[in-house]
Amino acid sequence: MADAGRIRELITPEGVDLRLRLGEAAERAGALVIDLLIMFAIMLAMFIGSCSVIVASGEKNAATAQGAFVILLLVFFLLRNCYFILFELGPRAATPGKRVLGLRVAARNGGRLTSDMVFARNFMRELELFVPLSFILAGGQGVDGWLKLIGLVWCAIFVFFPLFNRDRLRVGDLVAGTWVVKAPKTALLPDLAGEGEVRLADFTFTPAQLDAYGVYELQVLEDVLRRRDRKTLASVADRIRTKIGWTRGPSEMDGDFLSAYYAALRGRLEARLLFGKRKKDKFDTT
Amino acid sequence: MTAVTRDLTLKSHRFRNEREGDWRRLEHLLKLAEGGVLRKLNEDEIVNLTVLYRSALSSLSVARATSLDQGLVDYLESLCARAYFFVYGTRTTLLQRISRFFLHDWPTAARNLWRESLVAGGLMALGAVVAWLLVAQDADWFYAFLPGIFADGRDPTATTASLKSTLYATKADRKFLTVLATEIFINNAGVAISSFALGFAFCVPTALLMLFNGLVLGAFLELFFSRGLGPNFVGWLSIHGVSELLAVTLSGAAGFRVGLAVAFPGKQTRVAAAGQAGREGAILIAGTVVMLFVAGLLEGIARQLVTEDWARYAIAGATAVFWAVYLYFPRKPGLEATHG
Repeated sequence: MADAGRIRELITPEGVDLRLRLGEAAERAGALVIDLLIMFAIMLAMFIGSCSVIVASGEKNAATAQGAFVILLLVFFLLRNCYFILFELGPRAATPGKRVLGLRVAARNGGRLTSDMVFARNFMRELELFVPLSFILAGGQGVDGWLKLIGLVWCAIFVFFPLFNRDRLRVGDLVAGTWVVKAPKTALLPDLAGEGEVRLADFTFTPAQLDAYGVYELQVLEDVLRRRDRKTLASVADRIRTKIGWTRGPSEMDGDFLSAYYAALRGRLEARLLFGKRKKDKFDTT
Repeated sequence: MTAVTRDLTLKSHRFRNEREGDWRRLEHLLKLAEGGVLRKLNEDEIVNLTVLYRSALSSLSVARATSLDQGLVDYLESLCARAYFFVYGTRTTLLQRISRFFLHDWPTAARNLWRESLVAGGLMALGAVVAWLLVAQDADWFYAFLPGIFADGRDPTATTASLKSTLYATKADRKFLTVLATEIFINNAGVAISSFALGFAFCVPTALLMLFNGLVLGAFLELFFSRGLGPNFVGWLSIHGVSELLAVTLSGAAGFRVGLAVAFPGKQTRVAAAGQAGREGAILIAGTVVMLFVAGLLEGIARQLVTEDWARYAIAGATAVFWAVYLYFPRKPGLEATHG
């Protein structure tokens, strides 16, 4: 598999490996963009709200205007420093952006995610995100060429840090001892064997025909059947018929044929699995 | 060749049909648990959830070994991971976490970092002494430490009377106190967080920040003392300065802790050492942000309203005693055991 390099072992105390998958850099960036957009929207709403309060209260009610301004400043501060921390301290250990993309923060040692970890990874954000952001927004004004260059290099090191290590850690993760893993809510898909067994009433395959393929092909077939794309079904069905030497019946549907073959193949492979033989793919002839 | 008989119903299909109800129930409980805010799980449900979690784990092991239904294995992997994070994760509420931070974590971190705090405070004092000596020798040095805007008219060319007036706010100045307090707080908190984050670069930027802070302080002290306004200035400064300077010192200490761990990891790996130091330092920084909030209130509001020197000294003394007792007074162990 292409992303096998991102799977990390996590043995639970019960002795089962959960095989956690790390979040990809692109997903992390996407989550960050969503969070920044949310923060920006809140800031904008607060800004418009407090501006209208300030304008409305005008000269005669200076205290209200002042109060509105103070609340505005504090909200900006809280958003910048507490948004990430509060969400990551919660039971889901993820900001809204991370939730959307099915990510969560976890301790690298497999233990609990403690509050000091969350603090550490997010205070470092100041250096990794807000400093470069304000540097770019300010365009390095009031600073001469060399310092601009140094500043740019400095920012680049921190921003691109996650791309240069195996575990996609940013500096904050490194310092805090955390990483970001995928914890998506996967729905339980229907078992294709159920339908396949019904179809199997009309088909009979020989053991030789069922030995043509292995686990890899079975799972590709599962994927094809779940998508139910007519063209793909037709071409896959033709290939399998050719491979196993199957003559197509007069009223045989591609979907039914594949469904039946799936159930039969899975039955065959699972039976062999029980005897400790896992036929990896069609080239595996042991 | 005989055809494969079909007494069938695959074993893996039957397995799935038998267990599916349990998985669905676990999924339902997890949904409630992760929702968090709306409803807390009661004791029965928590017990139930852990039992279902263990049975889901064993289902996962069985499925991996005997089932070739990829959709099922994927589902069980994600279900077990979610349940694992709940069962072995923190189940303390946000409120419990926050109260634990104030009762235990923050003072402990401050005490553990006493060496770094001394160094940070020492650097600031060194900066102050150097600036004092230099400005005393030649008043032009003042401008080297303080660019014009920052000094805000308080420079060696100002008259003694106008200097004195800056120390005692007039009625007109009181208008925007809260705004001022907020701005000061946000600015200082930013500085504290950066001095922690910058410590990563082998302590150097943090040390420079501490020195620079000391230089500014020393230059101001010399200016006011040379005009005979020393005690007034100290009163003006210390009403909030006790909290603020302590907070800056502690944030510097947190930066040093990280920098030292990166430079000299000792027996641990560099990453592990940086991690441990970073977590300890981060707690202290969260604490200093709270301290700076207090300092901002004192600076923006109390200082402008309290203009008698004796009252300013009294407030300064009270804050000093409070922080010393709160942060450094030894307390009973016992909270150490429950970690969250």
